[in-house]
Amino acid sequence: MLLIKCPYCQQERAEVEFSYAGEAHIERPSDPAALSDAEWEAYLFLRSNPRGTHFERWYHIHGCGRYFNAVRDTVTDNFVRTYPAGMPRPSVHDIDDAKT
Amino acid sequence: MNAYRADQGGRVERGASVAFSFNGTNLSGVKGDTLASALLANGIHFVGRSFKYHRPRGIMSAGTEEASALLGIDRGQGRYDTNIRATTQELFDGLKAESQHCWPSLRWDMGVLNELGGPVMSTGFYYKTFMWPKSAWEKVYEPIIRKSAGLGRAPRAFDPDCYASRYAHCDVLVVGGGPAGLAAALSASHKGKKVILADEQAEMGGSLLSDTGSLINGEAAQAWLASALATLVERDNVTVLTRTTAVGYYQQNFLGLVERLSDHLRVLDADLPRERMWRVRASQVVLATGAIERPLVFAGNDRPGTMLASAARTYLNRYGVRVGNRPVVVTCHDSAYLAAFDLANAGVGVAAVIDVRDDVPAALLEKAGRLGIEVLGGHTVLAAKGGLLVSAIVVAPVQAGGPARTIDCDALLMCGGWTPSVHLFSQAKGMLSWRDDLGAYVPGRYAQNARSAGACDGRFLLLEALNGGDAAGAGLSDPISDTYTVAEETHSSGISLAALPTSAKPARGKAFVDFQHDVTIKDIRQAVLEGFHSIEHIKRYTTTGMATDQGKTSNLNGLAIASEALGRPIVDIGLTTFRPPYTPTSFGVFAGYSRGDLFDVTRKSPTDRWAEQHGAVFEPVSLWRRARYFPQPGEDMDKAVARECKATRASIGISDASTLGKIEVVGRDAAEFLNRMYTNPWTKLGIGRCRYGLMLGEDGFVLDDGVVGRLAEDRFHVTTTTGGAARVMAHMEDYLQTEWADLNVWLTSISEQWAVIALNGPNTRQLIAPFVEAIDLDKEAFPHMAIREGKIFGVPTRLFRVSFTGELGFEINVPSRYGLAVWERLMEAGAKYDIVPYGTETLHVLRAEKGYIIVGQETDGTQTPDDVGMAWAIGKKKPDFVGKRSLERPDIVAPNRKQLVGLLTEEPRTVLEEGAQIVAEKSASPPVDMIGHVTSAYWSECLQHSIALAVVEGGRARMGEALYVPMPDTVHTVKVVDPVFYDASGERLNV
Repeated sequence: MLLIKCPYCQQERAEVEFSYAGEAHIERPSDPAALSDAEWEAYLFLRSNPRGTHFERWYHIHGCGRYFNAVRDTVTDNFVRTYPAGMPRPSVHDIDDAKT
Repeated sequence: MNAYRADQGGRVERGASVAFSFNGTNLSGVKGDTLASALLANGIHFVGRSFKYHRPRGIMSAGTEEASALLGIDRGQGRYDTNIRATTQELFDGLKAESQHCWPSLRWDMGVLNELGGPVMSTGFYYKTFMWPKSAWEKVYEPIIRKSAGLGRAPRAFDPDCYASRYAHCDVLVVGGGPAGLAAALSASHKGKKVILADEQAEMGGSLLSDTGSLINGEAAQAWLASALATLVERDNVTVLTRTTAVGYYQQNFLGLVERLSDHLRVLDADLPRERMWRVRASQVVLATGAIERPLVFAGNDRPGTMLASAARTYLNRYGVRVGNRPVVVTCHDSAYLAAFDLANAGVGVAAVIDVRDDVPAALLEKAGRLGIEVLGGHTVLAAKGGLLVSAIVVAPVQAGGPARTIDCDALLMCGGWTPSVHLFSQAKGMLSWRDDLGAYVPGRYAQNARSAGACDGRFLLLEALNGGDAAGAGLSDPISDTYTVAEETHSSGISLAALPTSAKPARGKAFVDFQHDVTIKDIRQAVLEGFHSIEHIKRYTTTGMATDQGKTSNLNGLAIASEALGRPIVDIGLTTFRPPYTPTSFGVFAGYSRGDLFDVTRKSPTDRWAEQHGAVFEPVSLWRRARYFPQPGEDMDKAVARECKATRASIGISDASTLGKIEVVGRDAAEFLNRMYTNPWTKLGIGRCRYGLMLGEDGFVLDDGVVGRLAEDRFHVTTTTGGAARVMAHMEDYLQTEWADLNVWLTSISEQWAVIALNGPNTRQLIAPFVEAIDLDKEAFPHMAIREGKIFGVPTRLFRVSFTGELGFEINVPSRYGLAVWERLMEAGAKYDIVPYGTETLHVLRAEKGYIIVGQETDGTQTPDDVGMAWAIGKKKPDFVGKRSLERPDIVAPNRKQLVGLLTEEPRTVLEEGAQIVAEKSASPPVDMIGHVTSAYWSECLQHSIALAVVEGGRARMGEALYVPMPDTVHTVKVVDPVFYDASGERLNV
């Protein structure tokens, strides 16, 4: 059971309060009709699935009800940090700082 | 007194006799025995037959790692457990144990023929032997395999035990109560830390429990143990858990501990749980899990009487049991000498110590000489002989040329070095590192806040264990402190060996690596010969390490033998993954309290009590229980549903629709938000009007549907399916929060705030008219698909005029607390209209007669709006909505997609089976193209004909066509028709 810090509640809570919501920083195109089939496919289906640092979304479904982003290491499952939705993707530098 | 019980020594109470039975024979042990020590005290080594070859097997260890002595234990009243390690089962009065895996009896076992027909069971036999002829699998191979294989029999009775669970938090969790763990718990608790100390055995102490020689800080080891334990128990900040196994180590220092509370008791208190699952979150974990001695691999190394040397020492020093009268020791490591010396000191005539090493330490030779034990250095074992008990070993010098010699014995004690127990470290995603000097993997890089101390860290000396544990518990930066001094410890060194070296021709007998799965050295070499080069593949092909012991004694040996066969270093061929649970764990303790009525939440609607009182039959719908039908005396479901359907279409039916999901969408941009979330257009929907809304996922497939009513310019009352409520809410929140945060919209779940009573039938308006205030019910003023706010029976209501049956219908929303009262008033007032309550089954029939879909029944996540005949629900002028772009994807616009149609059976009374496949030809021979399937099928009392909905390739172009539904015993002929069976023009709705 993971412990996850909700950036809105500012509390570390058990995983059962949350639900996973897929990879983060995938923005819905503003004009989907303008996209080619291949571009739309990429938006819809293609995900990075990295070994290591992963940017992902969580939903505090049994808490404040808000979506937020997290950086998690998929090897160790350790959360490097969480941050509100809409904030830019943390830089490699920020992540390394948080890890140490 | 038992024949093999020493007169003194050990921690058992000789005066307290304990009666038990083994394979029906009454025996006795003493208080403090395990089942294994009691059997050995009675001179019984031979306890079971092996998995594949049915070879006689004995007790090979004194602990958790046991791979041979697996017995069935009957604790009475249906409490039967299979594959219980005799070495971990505590003895209690009345315990009944039986051998598994032998037929007709342990002594005379037919399965031994497997061994004579050896080649049939060659390496990878699962993949080779039973492949041909194909038809023989079901009739010949499988029944035989099922009879002769398998590990024990499953209990037949319902598990009468209860299982507990609890959460716990601590600063330091110490796993293992041996010297390292005790020292860690002492130093951590001394610093004021909140400590949990867990050990799987009945007593804390680990190796100290069988240590009769060492002095700790000048005190005898077991005396130190007693005072250390007393100190810990006295401290308020320490929780000491015996009989508690850490079975899993998960993320962020979350561990599962299983505490066994009653398996060692005869008289069971009904309130005493059998086991308790502790879910522990620790700031820091100290792993003090010790090490497991490695068996040696040589021909006949599985004869009963053969066991690990340290086990023999434990049986003697802890249980006062001699494992034989003339044991012989085979080793490549100093530690086995401790067993030889202790046995000799107890008056047992040790036949010899066979040491593979040429240079046996002088101190050991000297002590052996003093005790009259012959040591054969530089020797190896060619074979062990014997039948149901080992009787002799054949030894020879490792170097070629020496003569072979036979040594008689009645017990064979082996030691192939030690394997640190790194299971939990590895489960916690730590990286192991190989130590050539130890011939073992030890903890390398930690993934979590944890430390290892003692033997599991590759530090085998008692001194290292104590000071390592002390440092770990105190959180010192050094791995080892100098708090403790130890005297009288025999310094252990040695090499780790898997297969014994031999100069002679390898003996023909079987040399076992994995005792539980009967995997031999030959099997592993054969796998390598056949091209398996990764240990992950070798493991699966030979099944080594895949039994319930998870290879505790066999993994490293298997690895070493594979490495040798491949001619590559061990580190190059990988290591299999350690996975939870560490030891076999009951399903019951995982389930805990979540069984029976407590298995899951049951949500009940406001009228649930009324339904129960009126004999409703319920069905689960997501977490809800909903009334399925209301049978009258003598009615089955079909009769009740036929009556409910007829009454509803004739006059009035009443049903509870409170379980529908309800979301209030409010704000300046509410209409725009709905435009984007649903396929339909919302901007022009008038206040007080409703519209059927269809929701897609971004992939273009139908996700949910429901009626949406507009209460004000900026306020919508949205309904969802019962099962989709939470999903739709999350879906809406997701887009609102993350994609369109600029929209001024609030979403509020109101599912539980409103009770919903659906009234359907031609007389519904007359029924409610006298009780409704502030709403004009006139058909022009309040048309179909409209919503009004007012009062009913003096209670506030949101009154919908909608219908899921095709009849005049109202859905009366009232605050939940009034739901039952309003229902009862309606029943009372409806009596003169012969009002009939109906459940979900009638609801389904009535809606199917109208061709209305149920999301999740007609759809399965691969239907577009057009597939289910709802292209009309798409707002053509909208630039975008969720899923719109996907409706242009090549596969979505491709011809011949499955489309919703109606089916009428040729034989009117035949009701098709939901899920049945549909084919185009009546008597084609397989394989046949399946062009669709039945999604809903019912008897329609109103139409006096069975009806069905189905999805069929190119279905709408097949109207009138005959299709076929093959069933095991017959083929039904069906005609494709429009899915609307009843009142196609909809005139009954607009009255």
